[in-house]
Amino acid sequence: MKPAAFEYRKASTVEEAVEQLTQLGDDAKLLAGGQSLVAMMNFRLVRPSALVDVKGILDLQYVEANGEGLKIGALTPHRWIETMEDPGVLEGFSVLKSAARWVGHYPIRTLGTFGGSIAHADPSAEWCMLATLLDAEMVVVGPGGERMIPASDFFQGFFTTALEPDEMIIEVRFPEPAPYAALQEFARRAGDYGIVAAAVALDLQGGECRSARVVLGGVSDVPLRIPEAEQVLEGADIGQEVFKEAGQEAAKVIDPPSDVQGTAEYRRDLAATLIQRALTEAVAKVKEAADAR
Amino acid sequence: MHDNSSSPQPEKWVGKSMRRVEDVRHLTGRGLFVDDIERPWILYAAFARSSFGAARIKEVTVEEALKVPGVETVITSSDLGGIPGLEPLLERPEFVPVTMPLLVGETIRHAGEPVAMVLASSPHAAEDGAEAVSIEYEPLEPVVSLDAALAEGTRAVHEGMNDNVLLDVIDPDDPELEKILEQAPVVVDATFDSGRQSAAPMEMRACLAEWDAREDTLILHTSTQVPYVVRTAISDVLGLPQQRVRVVAPDVGGGFGQKCVVGREEVLVSIAAQRMGRPVKWTEDRQENLTAAFHGREQRYEARAAFDEEGRLLALRTDIVCDVGAYSCYPFTCGVEPLMAAAEMPGPYRLPRYWSRARAVTTNKVPMAPYRGVSRPQFTFVMERLMQKAAKQIGMDAVEIRRRNVITADEFPYESPTGIVYDPGSYLESLEKCAEVMDASGWERKREDARSEGRLVGLGFCCFAERTGYGTRAFALRKMAITPGGDNARLRMDPSGHVIVSVGTCGHGQGHQTTLAQIAADQLGINPDRITVRQGDTESTPYGWGTFASRSAVIGGGATKKAAVMLAERVKEVASHLLEAAPGDLSIEDGKVFVNGSPDRFVSVAKVARAVHVEPHLLPEGELGTLDATAGFDPPGTFSNATHGAVVEIDPETGAVRIDRYVVVEDCGVVINPMIVEGQVRGGVAQGIASALYEQLIYNDEGQLVTSTLMDYLIPTTMEIPPIEIFHLETPCEFSETGAKGMGEGGTIGAPGAIANAVADALSHLGIEVDRLPITPDRLRAAIKESRAHGGVRL
Repeated sequence: MKPAAFEYRKASTVEEAVEQLTQLGDDAKLLAGGQSLVAMMNFRLVRPSALVDVKGILDLQYVEANGEGLKIGALTPHRWIETMEDPGVLEGFSVLKSAARWVGHYPIRTLGTFGGSIAHADPSAEWCMLATLLDAEMVVVGPGGERMIPASDFFQGFFTTALEPDEMIIEVRFPEPAPYAALQEFARRAGDYGIVAAAVALDLQGGECRSARVVLGGVSDVPLRIPEAEQVLEGADIGQEVFKEAGQEAAKVIDPPSDVQGTAEYRRDLAATLIQRALTEAVAKVKEAADAR
Repeated sequence: MHDNSSSPQPEKWVGKSMRRVEDVRHLTGRGLFVDDIERPWILYAAFARSSFGAARIKEVTVEEALKVPGVETVITSSDLGGIPGLEPLLERPEFVPVTMPLLVGETIRHAGEPVAMVLASSPHAAEDGAEAVSIEYEPLEPVVSLDAALAEGTRAVHEGMNDNVLLDVIDPDDPELEKILEQAPVVVDATFDSGRQSAAPMEMRACLAEWDAREDTLILHTSTQVPYVVRTAISDVLGLPQQRVRVVAPDVGGGFGQKCVVGREEVLVSIAAQRMGRPVKWTEDRQENLTAAFHGREQRYEARAAFDEEGRLLALRTDIVCDVGAYSCYPFTCGVEPLMAAAEMPGPYRLPRYWSRARAVTTNKVPMAPYRGVSRPQFTFVMERLMQKAAKQIGMDAVEIRRRNVITADEFPYESPTGIVYDPGSYLESLEKCAEVMDASGWERKREDARSEGRLVGLGFCCFAERTGYGTRAFALRKMAITPGGDNARLRMDPSGHVIVSVGTCGHGQGHQTTLAQIAADQLGINPDRITVRQGDTESTPYGWGTFASRSAVIGGGATKKAAVMLAERVKEVASHLLEAAPGDLSIEDGKVFVNGSPDRFVSVAKVARAVHVEPHLLPEGELGTLDATAGFDPPGTFSNATHGAVVEIDPETGAVRIDRYVVVEDCGVVINPMIVEGQVRGGVAQGIASALYEQLIYNDEGQLVTSTLMDYLIPTTMEIPPIEIFHLETPCEFSETGAKGMGEGGTIGAPGAIANAVADALSHLGIEVDRLPITPDRLRAAIKESRAHGGVRL
């Protein structure tokens, strides 16, 4: 478990990082928190010819709410999200804070970065799921300048994204507050990737669901939107019955893998259960909000 | 205070939760483990390992590896010049010996077998070199499962054999047993399986070999539980006299049995150091540890138990099959699991009639070695499930059926149907205490109330007897060519009155530096901080068997106490000259030797030590020399016991099991250090919970281990292990010198049975039988679904 030989470079600005990526060619990788990349290198599952260490670009550590949306600097540690207290952020984006507790273990949360997780693109990663759920946009910089990639285009498969080899994510933008959103996940041990995870967001008016988003992790090669479950919810009176139906609808349409952690059938059952539980949690927030008022 | 001590001294230190001497260095990162040892001009070893589970090797090409910068040489089987592998022996006609080659030259018998050893100037270069070794295989059909291995016509894992059975013993036989089973009013019949596991010590295996030209001696630092056993193996394989091999175990970060056997890597690194004339170090990584270090625990029991209408156990028939992987482990052999299971299966219960067949079956998987508890977690799980099933069949309470079957105080010494003699224990008392603490009498209502709310909660018990401190006579019954047993301690007082205790046991995390000092301190009347415990070095400790099988407190502690008593007598003898009093009139306490009844007539222990060494003119002529004593101790084996109780709640939708409460009522005789005993219990229970709910090494049909990282092999963390409530009972051992019984393995033994019974209790209305470990959420969920759809299921 020693990595194959690689070249190490350090960049202190985004421009420098992009320049080095361009010079070093397609096999070079950015090193941020290193919580996934370094383990994969030690297993020799990946063999980058060079690493460009961007940990030192401290300008990219921030969480900012401006009016409607939320901007998260790419190198913001998970732990910052887990411990954020800003009421302006929490009002619309508390789902990020509550989902952070599912992210790995404490040391991983202190070292791993938001943008790093997005770039790694594990289909059951919490940030990737929430990016898909909430239509986040990735702000990336390459030799040709800056561009924005919506989540729906960004995640293309297992550990595969729309990012070019010489591009770097600098920020993730969540365009709209999602006060009634929740993420639920099931793993056999605390801190492991979920066998299945479900994220939901609801737009509620009184007891009626105007629109809904449902995303599953761990059942496909990307965080997977489930329109069939969303349709069940849209226009429906919210309650356990419809939540259950939404979950069951999702279980029907997915084609999850089987492995030592569970069969495809088990994952379908988990998907149904977790969607129902996430919806219950999201709706509980309505009550919390009402109580707070 | 127990009354069986030979000690003339009051016990001041034994019984205290003294802080562990070891903790300061370990908690501040200043321990010295093998990998921390550095040497100039060192070479690092890495192994090219088989990617096939079963294959013939057609060709091994090392040219590319030799081109890797930093690689010095590559050693393959053909370079070993006929040096034999490791061939442990049982002296039994039913045993088939097999040889574990050091490097495989012909037949690969499990994925991960070493084929070539690369020596390089850095660990990275060594791994690059190992990767560049090219091995050409001719694949063979891998024999992966027990079923396949035992099936008619399956390929033999070892050429020349007709089948895959390395040991097949029927003992005890009982020709009348079938009749008893046929006529019994209550018969419980079931098959139980337990998953393959790794002991997964925090520090993986590691060794550093070097040739000491000054003494023409090989020095091997290795992460082992058994330095003298390693010395014997290396001396035999290398053809060196034993005094020219020195084996040192520095700090060892856990072993749990995986390091009480000899690994071929230890031998290979020694050969490399001898050949190269340079130090050679190998540090195993986690993937290597999971794929190539010893496994254990993969067993199947077909059991039938007969009871009378009152729930009394009448007879037991068990057919035990252990999947021992590709080879026998040195020195215990592949018999260690099946023979242990057959001999000790009856556990804490009065069993009139018993028939047992035990087999060791070879497969294309990593070889088995003893793992903490050795078969006892499995057969205790089986016995406790049988008890629970019988209780359910009879309509009897889970506590009541055990109450009727445990061996009680008036029956000791009790002789089991396998001829083992049980010394007194508190089987009934621990059961009653655990039932009381868990409020078992009110349980049924609680469970029903929960069910009416749609919740699944269960309460489970597990009673067991844990044989510990196996001496020579106990091990001799196994018929191992290398038979462990007693152990030795040597105590030496220096001129300042401080004492070095050297022992043949070899603690690797258990706190022996603390507990053995406590034992010696009481006898010598000095503070434990004046005592240094030395272990794990064949040059500086007396001959001994190391640490495994819960032997060290009993045997090492017993030898330490005996030697300490002798040394105290010697101190008194010298003091008698200085005090002009008869030795028999003297006592030692608080560092002073004083005349009984006249506490102001004293001389300090330090003064005595000084007189012997540097002021001999104060003593009569002839009182020269040293203050030392050596003693050996070899007990027959003593039984600890415990009852574990667990409350679980099952999430019917996800199949997750949450442990809401865990209670241990244990009796290990005199408790030397309660804090350490409780730490051992907690660690053991955690590993037992791992067996019950989390860990399983899974091979696919191709013979590949698919759980080869800690992302897939699920060692539970502190987040999964609940608080553990511990209660102590004390039935002092009558012959262990200290009154202590061994207890290093108990926690692992009780947990699988307690958890399985609790899960079964939660599901009792669904007809789900919990007969397979680990109990995983996906299987549990499937069983609940299946049961709701169609009724009874075997989980």
